[in-house]
Amino acid sequence: MIPLSWYMALAAILFSIGIYGFLTRRNIIIMFLSTELMLNGVNLNLVAMSYYLESMRGQVFTFFIITVAAAEAAIGLGIAICLYRNRRTVHVDEVNQLKG
Amino acid sequence: MLMLLFFCYCAVVIIGTGLLAVTLRNPVHSVLMVLILFFHMAMLYLSLGAEFLAAVQIIVYAGAILVLYLFVLFLVSLKDEVRLPRFVSSAWLGRLIAGGLAACLLYILPVFTTGARGNWPADRVREITPTRALATEMYSASVLPFEIAGLILLVAVIGGLLLARRDKEER
Repeated sequence: MIPLSWYMALAAILFSIGIYGFLTRRNIIIMFLSTELMLNGVNLNLVAMSYYLESMRGQVFTFFIITVAAAEAAIGLGIAICLYRNRRTVHVDEVNQLKG
Repeated sequence: MLMLLFFCYCAVVIIGTGLLAVTLRNPVHSVLMVLILFFHMAMLYLSLGAEFLAAVQIIVYAGAILVLYLFVLFLVSLKDEVRLPRFVSSAWLGRLIAGGLAACLLYILPVFTTGARGNWPADRVREITPTRALATEMYSASVLPFEIAGLILLVAVIGGLLLARRDKEER
């Protein structure tokens, strides 16, 4: 039997990889992809706890997180297309019109 | 023993493909790496007795969301992407924050204590299948969140249509 803490450690590492990608990449689409990695880390945590604590609530919560992730991907990528249409770039450090 | 080997294989692949996904130069390669990651995540879900979520992970994440990402990547220009710098100029700060966060989370992990056990012990779940147990929980204890999730999807549909539409005078 694998201890619960191993799953939680894997989830924490996956979440940190997501943070790393979100903070370092220039491409906004890869930044959204990093958000998906973070959500997956949380999902793994919830499913593992649901299994080890003999409760179904974690899995229900994961289901809702997947729903919200799908909605987030649709709207976020729509915004990315709008950004590319208006500014001809998807790099976040080139979108600096409001910078003083 | 076999489960341990399986978990270690999945963990190594997940961490490796995750790191590759956020560091590879070509965004299409990143998306393909995340595809492998999602498949191994589904395998972990299967080993945790969440077969419905494993199927949803493959169908929704790998089948729908990643295809959407690929479409958008092909809509925007990829030609100059492979020779421009991948990281923002302050990338070392991001690496520092991410590494510090990982260290903090792993450091405080042993302090975590589990709470009270739920009312779905393993033999009861095995008696009626896991998917049925999930459905029983979802449609009894959390009907209202389920409806709200449907509303969120409606918002996503309307928002996506509105964002993708071109104004007439713009053309």
